[in-house]
Amino acid sequence: MNRVTRVVRPIGRVGQWAQAVVQVMVLLIALAIPASVDATQPQPPKEFVPVDEVPPGEQIPAINLVAAAYGFVWLAVLGYVWSIARRLKTVETELADLESRRR
Amino acid sequence: MIGSFLRVAWHVMRKDLTVEVRSREVLFTTLFFAVSVVLVFSFAIVREGRAPDDVAAGILWVAISFAGTLAMGRTFERERYNDTLRALILAPADRPAIYMGKLLGLLLLMLLVEAVLLPLVALLFSAPILAFPVHLTLLLTAGTFGFCAVGTLFAAMLVRVRSRDTLLPVLLYPITIPVMIAGVRGTAALFQAAPDEPMARFWIGLLVFWDAVFVTLALWTFEPVMTE
Amino acid sequence: MRTLTTPFIVLSAGMLFVSPWIINAAPYESTMGLVQKVFYFHFPAAIMFLLAALICGVNSFRFLFFRKQSADGWALAAAELGLLFGALTLVTGPLWARKAWGVWWVWDPRLTSSLLLWMIFGAYVLLRQYGGPGSERLSAGMALFGMLNVPFIYYSVNVWRTLHPQTSVVPTLPTDMGIPLWFCFAAFSMLFTALLTLRATLEHQRVRVEALYLLEDEV
Repeated sequence: MNRVTRVVRPIGRVGQWAQAVVQVMVLLIALAIPASVDATQPQPPKEFVPVDEVPPGEQIPAINLVAAAYGFVWLAVLGYVWSIARRLKTVETELADLESRRR
Repeated sequence: MIGSFLRVAWHVMRKDLTVEVRSREVLFTTLFFAVSVVLVFSFAIVREGRAPDDVAAGILWVAISFAGTLAMGRTFERERYNDTLRALILAPADRPAIYMGKLLGLLLLMLLVEAVLLPLVALLFSAPILAFPVHLTLLLTAGTFGFCAVGTLFAAMLVRVRSRDTLLPVLLYPITIPVMIAGVRGTAALFQAAPDEPMARFWIGLLVFWDAVFVTLALWTFEPVMTE
Repeated sequence: MRTLTTPFIVLSAGMLFVSPWIINAAPYESTMGLVQKVFYFHFPAAIMFLLAALICGVNSFRFLFFRKQSADGWALAAAELGLLFGALTLVTGPLWARKAWGVWWVWDPRLTSSLLLWMIFGAYVLLRQYGGPGSERLSAGMALFGMLNVPFIYYSVNVWRTLHPQTSVVPTLPTDMGIPLWFCFAAFSMLFTALLTLRATLEHQRVRVEALYLLEDEV
């Protein structure tokens, strides 16, 4: 039990700076390892080769996709704005109510 | 200064291991859970008595991540249940050192589990674990260390939160994905018919860097987050 | 910033309303045709998504290490906006990809790291919602890890797979494609700023309401 309580000693600002420096140096040394190994690695292929011809049965008209994309954006943004407006109104009335009660 | 840090960490780790040695509760339950995960995935993936190539590494790491999540949850739950966490926080010791102690205790537990899991996976999927034993050990240790580093912090953070059992995986998994990727790809490289040793070394290097960054971040963050 | 909020909202709403016509006026892209027009919303949304990540990370840092109470409100607002703009990016992207690449989803670095970042935002908001008291600090700690992780995720998935077009398209855009892009960019930026401010204000006021309730109980 006494051995544990002897463990504690406040370290002060110099000690804290030293700790930070040691940690940064450990990080830099650790970084050297993957950096050195990475240099020797073969690079993965760069270009994506898209599916050339999607079979006719699976093709979706572009306008559907574009409409769906824009529609989603509109709905999501409007929904969020509406949600914030509603909550803001509730909180502001509550706040006004509480402040008037305080006076 | 570093001495006292290591001493506190050692004492906390020894306390955890002593409790565990006496009850062996977390070790056995975690081990059996990990084995069950391996079996469930095997049944899900094996077709006509053969598993597709490269699944051994994936299944191993999935089992490690699921079992690890449970183990860290259990370790802190035990502290909370016995109310010893408050005693730890109140102790006149460097908080980051307490974090380190718990991390090392959890790491040791998980390495013991993996010592059993690895031969099992090798047996079930004919994986060549003896081809590059040092690399494999380093890979598993570095990966488990990174996973446990983030997990210990999050489990400690969540100990007083209501839905902690479901929130721990929700928080932990997205953030430890790089560890999973590195672990699985590195292990798969070693399990191949013609093991790709440079690839494994690359992933080990990346894991070491990742571990260093996140343990440092956890040590910095442990104090402000646990001050409640 | 509060005073600019209303004009920003009005302006961005107007611009977004007008944008389909402007986008329609832009020329078709040679290989992808009509579906490329999704780009004019997809790209600004993606940039706002990354901006939200930056703001969330920085404010979580300020909250945790410099004890700035107001920073927490900004971090939460940024996380929610990250969920919103991330959802916009992750939905418009696959809709575009289905036509351009033939598949809804590929596991390349950019998509995978975007999805993971989005899930990290989701975890943040879930923790705030269901974490009970004290979850502000916990989520700030988590946000730090999450934001710091993004380059790692990108790099590790990059070594694993590489499919998203490598070259950056924007600097080489012809002017009549550039105009609708910057138009949408301006609209999205104003929308983002306005929403961020509104949401952060909402959070600050909610905190104030709670504090006042506590004061009332004491009296």
